[in-house]
Amino acid sequence: MKALRIGQTAAVLSVAALALTACGSNGNTGATSPAADGAAAVTGTLTGTGASSVGAAMVAWAEEFAAANSGAQVNYTEEGSGAGRTGLIDGKVDFAASDAYLTDEELAASEATCGPDGAFDVPIYVSPIAVAFNLEGVDTLNLDADTIASIFAGKITTWNDEAIAALNEGVTLPDTKITVVHRNDKSGTTENFTDYLAQAAPSIWTEEKSGDWPGAFASESAKGTSGVVDTVAKTAGAITYADASRTTGLGIASVKVGEEFSAPTAEGAAKAADTATAVEGRAAHDIAFDLDRTSDEAGVYPISLVTFGLFCSTYADQETADLVKAFGTYITSAEGQEVAAADAGSSPLSAELSERAAEAIATISVK
Amino acid sequence: MTVTTEIRSSRSALTRNKLPNWAPWAVAAGALVVSAAVLSLAGFNVWGWAVLAAVLFVAANWAVSFAVEGARKATDRFATSLMFGAFIVAMVPLVSVIWTVLTNGIAGFSLDFLTSDMQGVRGRVDNATAAGESPLMGGIAHALTGTFLITLWASIISIPIGLLTAIYLVEYGQGGRLARAITFFVDVMTGIPSIVAGLFAAGLFALIAGPGFKAGIVGAVALSVLMIPVVVRSSEEMLKIVPNELREASYALGVRKWRTIVKVVIPTAISGIASGVTIAIARVIGETAPLIVTAGFVTRMNTNVFSDWMASLPAFIYYQILNPTSPTNPEPSTLRAWAAALVLIILVMLLNLGARLIARIFAPKIGR
Amino acid sequence: MSSNALTDSGSAGRAGDKIFSTAAMVAGSLILFVLFCVAVFLVKESIPALTADPADLKGGVSFFAHIGALIVGTLIAAAIALLLATPVAVGVALFISHYAPRRLAQGLGYIVDLLAAIPSVIYGAWGVTVLAPALVPPYVWLAENAGWIPLFTGPASATGKTMLTAGVVLAVMIMPIVTSLSREIFLQTPKLHEEAALALGATRWEMVRVAVLPFARPGIVSAVMLGLGRALGETMAIALVLSSGPMIASLIQSGNQTIAAEIALAFPESSGVQTNALFAAGLVLFVITLAVNMVARWIVARHKEFSGAN
Repeated sequence: MKALRIGQTAAVLSVAALALTACGSNGNTGATSPAADGAAAVTGTLTGTGASSVGAAMVAWAEEFAAANSGAQVNYTEEGSGAGRTGLIDGKVDFAASDAYLTDEELAASEATCGPDGAFDVPIYVSPIAVAFNLEGVDTLNLDADTIASIFAGKITTWNDEAIAALNEGVTLPDTKITVVHRNDKSGTTENFTDYLAQAAPSIWTEEKSGDWPGAFASESAKGTSGVVDTVAKTAGAITYADASRTTGLGIASVKVGEEFSAPTAEGAAKAADTATAVEGRAAHDIAFDLDRTSDEAGVYPISLVTFGLFCSTYADQETADLVKAFGTYITSAEGQEVAAADAGSSPLSAELSERAAEAIATISVK
Repeated sequence: MTVTTEIRSSRSALTRNKLPNWAPWAVAAGALVVSAAVLSLAGFNVWGWAVLAAVLFVAANWAVSFAVEGARKATDRFATSLMFGAFIVAMVPLVSVIWTVLTNGIAGFSLDFLTSDMQGVRGRVDNATAAGESPLMGGIAHALTGTFLITLWASIISIPIGLLTAIYLVEYGQGGRLARAITFFVDVMTGIPSIVAGLFAAGLFALIAGPGFKAGIVGAVALSVLMIPVVVRSSEEMLKIVPNELREASYALGVRKWRTIVKVVIPTAISGIASGVTIAIARVIGETAPLIVTAGFVTRMNTNVFSDWMASLPAFIYYQILNPTSPTNPEPSTLRAWAAALVLIILVMLLNLGARLIARIFAPKIGR
Repeated sequence: MSSNALTDSGSAGRAGDKIFSTAAMVAGSLILFVLFCVAVFLVKESIPALTADPADLKGGVSFFAHIGALIVGTLIAAAIALLLATPVAVGVALFISHYAPRRLAQGLGYIVDLLAAIPSVIYGAWGVTVLAPALVPPYVWLAENAGWIPLFTGPASATGKTMLTAGVVLAVMIMPIVTSLSREIFLQTPKLHEEAALALGATRWEMVRVAVLPFARPGIVSAVMLGLGRALGETMAIALVLSSGPMIASLIQSGNQTIAAEIALAFPESSGVQTNALFAAGLVLFVITLAVNMVARWIVARHKEFSGAN
């Protein structure tokens, strides 16, 4: 009885608090409404799962989307890219997000749930991966692919090594020992970073790209982006790779592209996505692409990460199809990309890519 | 004359060869001084001092006792020193854990934190907090409710099954083939990795409720798979040590077996069973992975375990640390994570207190 | 005379007996059924990994080559944890049950139960923020002074996130579990045995040695096995604390990995046959637990004569 009363009080309190929070957040975020321009509001619950890279952005998107469409709700769990892809193929979720696009086998397997055209990929989130380090008095360094590969392969072991000094004239480098910190969990970040090393410095980085850090080059490791960033922040002379939005407070390397050095910026990452090569043999509405890691084009930041949204071509009922369409259109729109940039620190898709994504999502239909 | 001498000598026989009560304290003080002196030569540090003094104390205490009281008393003193030593060694890391959680957790803790959920809290809100423009927003009402309900349901499923199984093993199945099989496989069950339990529960409910069904109850089933073996194992041990004399006395009075179990055996063991159940709950209340794949993760309140996704405290802590709400300013998320950890510990403490209260009410009065 | 509900031998009492014993048996059988289902599930998911092309698996080696290092890592971590935790835990349990003043003992018992309940995420976070940095200087010292022992080969890790640290965290985690259960067992030692020993002139330690420990031995083994179960299956604390890598002998360098942590770290981003490989790893962990428990049961069986319920 007493417990019940306490429960009721708690419920009342939390409802009140909820209302307050809702008001508060509306007040200071000024939620914009994607459906305000007269499009019919959609209702229902959309479930998705997949990459953790889009977690923070997804929270913001779900928030804005629900604010604009009362009665619509988006649930997303960060179970990982692999779980996302299999989840969509098995029909467990309505959409998924993955750091890697669907393979041909997965596309074929998706036909059972998604209709004869299967599922398709759309880029929804682009972010540069920074090479970040903790070196007293040094905020930025210029590095080329071979030097980065040598450092991470354990072939350059001190910061005042000639290879680093040659690229950074005028910078005083201490003789601190380099401690390489990599991810110990399987991740899209590692896959993109090793892909860059394998393509841009093949003579030094002899391993293939992989989501697991190759055992041959093992060093100190930590779990998740938070783990590596914390470890580097605590260890003098440490270096790691991490999503650029998470490396505040650490020194950041500029990477040699062509004859210039480019820093991990939103523009650089977006440009990398624009100049990527499309995967061959895909349907017209499937925007799967491989980033060009060896690009010479000025302004491109080659170590970037693209997260793809995975959707079905056809859904079983009208409500879900409308909901997926509305949500997909919103997150890839300029507006949605701005929200992700403000809340999660990602790089907005270029206008052209955003337009192609909208066209692709518009093809979603009912079975 | 002779009589008094005899009395005197027999008195001294009892107290002879016994160190006075203050002796260990004197030895301790000596050990502290000597080790401080030794270390001041080699460079002083607090840990080294404590360790050296402890070793010196144990050795000297034994030696003094051996010289005055003889080998048996010396061994006894040595054993006592070791017990105290074990206790102190154990307390250092545990106090450190609690201290870490407490100091980190207090900073983000407030009443609002308990009563609000994470709806509306997103990157830009945390950015504003980090810039000092607004207080820490968001809270754990939803996660706390989720953890409470899921753990409650897991307990509702596992405690009866676990306790009944333990009763079967100890009271009914003695030495039978089924009992031996259960005993053995319960042990094996303690080795199920938690993620496997989660995926198993998800697979089970996919058969019943369709693919992708996630709800609190699925999480509760997953936790039960992890919890049952702990309940069985600890309850079994506690039931086993209830003296047979009690059972026999009860049977001799003509009490039926099941009444004996309910009225005599269980009450005698209840304190240990309560401890075991608390440990079982503790085993699962901090699980993250099986809950993500079975109950999902949301930012709003849900009080229905049978439909819709549900948040939980460990998942909240885990994601706030590993994937901060605002990637560029992780500090508010870290604050929330530590505060949530503090709340989780307090929650467990209350559960524990409840279990002990139950145990005290039902336990027979014995002379301890 | 007075008809007592307890001794009522009517049909209701007999039915109660029947219902109760059936319920107990059904509960036991249900556990077997659930475990059987889990085993079928695990085996079904594992099979593709065992026959898979090595090129599709992690590191490009066959499953069996990959799992070997993980088994060793799992056993090392659990062994460190048990070696450190068991003596301390039994000591603390004895301290609480037989040495500390009674009033203090109750409070301490309560604190230990509470510590058993701290979630592993928190132990992991503590291990990585407090313990690992604190252990760097001792590791450096070990590497310099005891480096000739293969276990302490330098150079010591600069972050302190090593196998030894992970083992210490595990030990801290399982110590309250072992303590809590052992204490309950110690408290149940028949008072008569204890008093008889004291009356014969035994010192307190001799009383503990001849009356308490033999009585409690199976219970201690059970408690340690429960702790071991947690140590073997622990994921989050290891995942956060250990700087994992290939197998190495040194405990103060980064390296090694355990099965449970490997599953937790690789599962989210895995797909296809690699997921199957992780299930197979789970199956292996299952088998290890089985083997360890068989050994423990065997030890208990050898000392059956001391068991309380005879």
